[in-house]
Amino acid sequence: MHIDKKIVKKIATLSRIKIEENEVERFSNELSKIISWVEKLNEVDTKDIIPITNPSDIKIPYRKDEINDGKIKDKILKNAPEKKAGYFIVPKVVE
Amino acid sequence: MQNSKNWETIIGLEVHAQIVSKSKLFSGASTDFGSEPNTQVSLVDAAMPGMLPVINKYCVEQVIKTGLGLNAQINKRSVFDRKNYFYPDLPQGYQISQFTQPIVGKGSIEIDLKDGSSKEICITRLHLEQDAGKSVHDLEPNKSYIDLNRSGIALMEIVSEPDIRSAEEAQEYVKKLRSILRYIGTCDGNMEEGSLRCDVNISVRKKGEELGTRCEIKNVNSIKSIGQAIDYEFKRQIEIINSGGRIDQETRLFDEKKGETRSMRSKEEAHDYRYFPDPDLPPLDINDDWTNEIKKNLPELPDVKKAKLINQHKISSYDASILVSDKNNAEFFDKIVDGNKKRNPKNIVNWIIGDLFSLLNKNNLKIKNSPVKAEDLGELIDLIEDSTISRKIAKNVFEEMFKTKKKAKDIIEKKGLKQITNTDEIESIIEKTLANNKDKVEQYKSGKEKLFGYFVGQVMQETKGTANPGIVNEILKKKLAN
Amino acid sequence: MTDLKNINLEKCLELLKGKKISSKELVSFYLKEAELNKKLNAYISLNSENAIKSAEESDKRIAKNQARPLEGVPLAIKDLFCTKDILTTAASKMLKNFKPTYESTVTKKLWDAGAILLGKTNLDEFAMGSSNETSFFGASINPWSKDNKQYVPGGSSGGSASAVSGNIAIAATGTDTGGSIRQPASYCGIVGLKPTYGRCSRWGIVSFASSLDQAGPMTKTVNDSALMLDVMAGYDKKDSTSADLEKTNFYKNLKNSKKLKIGIPKQYKNDQLSKEIVKFWELGIEFFKKNNCEIVEIDLSHTEYALATYYIISSAEASSNLARYDGIRYGLRKNSEDINDLYEQTRSNGFGDEVKRRIMIGTYVLSAGYYDAYYSKAQKVRSKIINDFNQAFKKVDVIFTPTAPSDAFEQGSKIDDPIQMYLNDVFTVPVSLAGLPAISVPIGLSSNNLPLGFQIIGKRFDEDSVLSAAKIIEENANFKKEMN
Repeated sequence: MHIDKKIVKKIATLSRIKIEENEVERFSNELSKIISWVEKLNEVDTKDIIPITNPSDIKIPYRKDEINDGKIKDKILKNAPEKKAGYFIVPKVVE
Repeated sequence: MQNSKNWETIIGLEVHAQIVSKSKLFSGASTDFGSEPNTQVSLVDAAMPGMLPVINKYCVEQVIKTGLGLNAQINKRSVFDRKNYFYPDLPQGYQISQFTQPIVGKGSIEIDLKDGSSKEICITRLHLEQDAGKSVHDLEPNKSYIDLNRSGIALMEIVSEPDIRSAEEAQEYVKKLRSILRYIGTCDGNMEEGSLRCDVNISVRKKGEELGTRCEIKNVNSIKSIGQAIDYEFKRQIEIINSGGRIDQETRLFDEKKGETRSMRSKEEAHDYRYFPDPDLPPLDINDDWTNEIKKNLPELPDVKKAKLINQHKISSYDASILVSDKNNAEFFDKIVDGNKKRNPKNIVNWIIGDLFSLLNKNNLKIKNSPVKAEDLGELIDLIEDSTISRKIAKNVFEEMFKTKKKAKDIIEKKGLKQITNTDEIESIIEKTLANNKDKVEQYKSGKEKLFGYFVGQVMQETKGTANPGIVNEILKKKLAN
Repeated sequence: MTDLKNINLEKCLELLKGKKISSKELVSFYLKEAELNKKLNAYISLNSENAIKSAEESDKRIAKNQARPLEGVPLAIKDLFCTKDILTTAASKMLKNFKPTYESTVTKKLWDAGAILLGKTNLDEFAMGSSNETSFFGASINPWSKDNKQYVPGGSSGGSASAVSGNIAIAATGTDTGGSIRQPASYCGIVGLKPTYGRCSRWGIVSFASSLDQAGPMTKTVNDSALMLDVMAGYDKKDSTSADLEKTNFYKNLKNSKKLKIGIPKQYKNDQLSKEIVKFWELGIEFFKKNNCEIVEIDLSHTEYALATYYIISSAEASSNLARYDGIRYGLRKNSEDINDLYEQTRSNGFGDEVKRRIMIGTYVLSAGYYDAYYSKAQKVRSKIINDFNQAFKKVDVIFTPTAPSDAFEQGSKIDDPIQMYLNDVFTVPVSLAGLPAISVPIGLSSNNLPLGFQIIGKRFDEDSVLSAAKIIEENANFKKEMN
């Protein structure tokens, strides 16, 4: 399966990664090679097989409904590149 | 409007209801509304490197309760999926939600319409997911401010089948849904605070034709807005089709001020959310024992309650609807009914819906904070029933009770408002009245029948309204007949 | 004078307890050695100031006979574990200045047991790689390099392997997603253990692929591995995939030898395997036979599909786990007036090529129209691979295979061909998909005089058998390092 330039650009946008024009071809080749390689999975008969998301059979653990976290505003904001008045700051997002 | 011109509108609603719980869905931070920004945020909510989710059991129970309240199927196994997209109020870059295997399956609720009919609106599914944070856009011209307090609060997304056909149906659906959620205590239904939000999916078609292209309207934040948005959209879509155009499948925003919908300005990029099962969370298994335990402790649901009210107490469907629209109304009513088996339920309903609600509304109070308690109103009703006071006097007494929080008996005693039922006493007052109005009596006897009311009025004035009107009428008639 | 350089963990603890050496001596020595061997580029940062202070405190405790299990021992920690107030970079430009305000569960356990942070070790960026060449801080070198050739230490835990093997760390932690502990252990001639998925907590470890990541010890001996794992393992209620089991006794249990049935998977023996590897494999089998272990041929019929399955799943999970690196709450930020441009600039600038490749592959295999063909298919094949192991373990206790298809390769020789790089993981990846425990233990030197390790795979939560079997290889191989 060839990952053409259009698909590369679409994936790049979805992943919010900027690919320069002169890089598109390289990524197209690399990704195409990798995808072709993984396509060998089509050889496996997986009819009626249930997909597995996690190898363990651990039961989901529950947490009690109590407030035992938060109230750590300084820690939360400590590493923020841009912050003001207790908020994270980003360029204006137009809805 | 909606069913005219052979046009039909097909509407489905997606309601996001914030779950009532102390802490968030996957973190132990508080869910309180209105705190200082980023004070109710844990490292997990801020999506710091290496953080992992752990689920709040109570939130799961709240969802099961809600599913039961919607007569819906509780799925024995459900899975959490990641919904991937980038937005500043979504710290993880994905929302933990449920896609292919939600916790609750098909259900239904019944709505009552103005014309007296009822309609069943089916529910496709209900799933559990995280809420996002909040962006504030108006604190600085070129910046948006992000507060993650809301990020991670548990939400239920309730999706209806496209069974809704009018703005009224949509509004009744949301009202009914809200009342059920409030009844069972799983969501406070506060649309102004954003704990209940609604997205409207709407398309139009000529009756008998295929389904039209639908638009999604977001940001519809009140019952009134739901109606307005639907009315506007209905007109807008028909106009486009009538003038030969095509409806674009798009997301639109409802502008409350203008009462219009408009297309979202941001690039309409394909929303490929790339859902996949969240590998940090094992599947959710709910067995029958758990569901049954929750069922046992579920409060009586509004529809069941309403049916009981109608069947047991013979009150009208309309009145019953009002009583069950708020759990507190129904409780108030029940207390009075249970206080004395002899009380007439229809009477009680009239006092609550008529007199009590009128005063509560005037004073901006909720029934929970009513200065007149249920038992006290019950007492008042008894005093009318046993003729201690007349109905007319009772209305004044009630106003006084509301103002002063005093009991009926005390007010009656203090103001000397007891009804006079002693026939001798009334007779003597009537005789006195007639004696003082000899000319009018003459006029009455020569045909001016209207003066009867005047005499009654005089007797009432004399007795400060406490004379039993029935007896007054009877004796007056007899006296004037002579 | 005690030779502090060629010391292992067990010996170290003995000397400390016996008050033959002090923690301060030990820590000072290793800090100096790390400085002297900067050419290995094994460390991204050293904990110079705090380590000495902690050592002094440990010495006080030892003097009062209040020594905890790892009291006073300096450890190297892969720079993927969040260490409170200490630089944690994941070897990425994205986090080059990041200091977490919290400590990972696994490292907290080590500090609570008295161990001391020596420094944070180098790795492939965000743990994606098999050679430690993708690090923003430059490649780490295999201490066995000679003749002016630079060999890779393996990856992604290359820095930890290099440090332990190069004697500039007594022991280290690593993480293993597709072989990232075992393969570098093999290349560097040390012991590397990947525990069962769920054995150690993932809380506070920068996440790469959630259903595969596991923390584990990288040490000089099997005993050391057991010692460390006893401290690192344990239930963590902050991690929903953490196993709630009884306290472990791996170190103690090693004293009891086990009679094991050893499985040899026939699919791993293909013509592409070098003669050298085959020779050592047979040697290892002899070691087991000498110890009364039965050798059984087993079938792992879906082996050839494991790599493709792994790359699809791990890339998909990574693409989602790395979405949080967006320049808003921490890490690198490239400003812009448009939010999407900010994201794009930040991420393009902050991530290296391999990370970008994997994010894009991951995004692709999850995207609309491709989900069933790739991701869902891979999860189904994963199920079959797990089943292969389940069937095999009905017949055997552990499985014995090479760790990697070759010895360490030269730096730069594979970096331009991603698929060639991925093939290094062919023997380690199936184990990760199944969540099983596995260890790499050195067996000998290749014709190139570079170490070769072999892998022992066990049943879920049966690290005891894995360690036991590894002990047999260790004792018989008598692998001695011949460093220049």
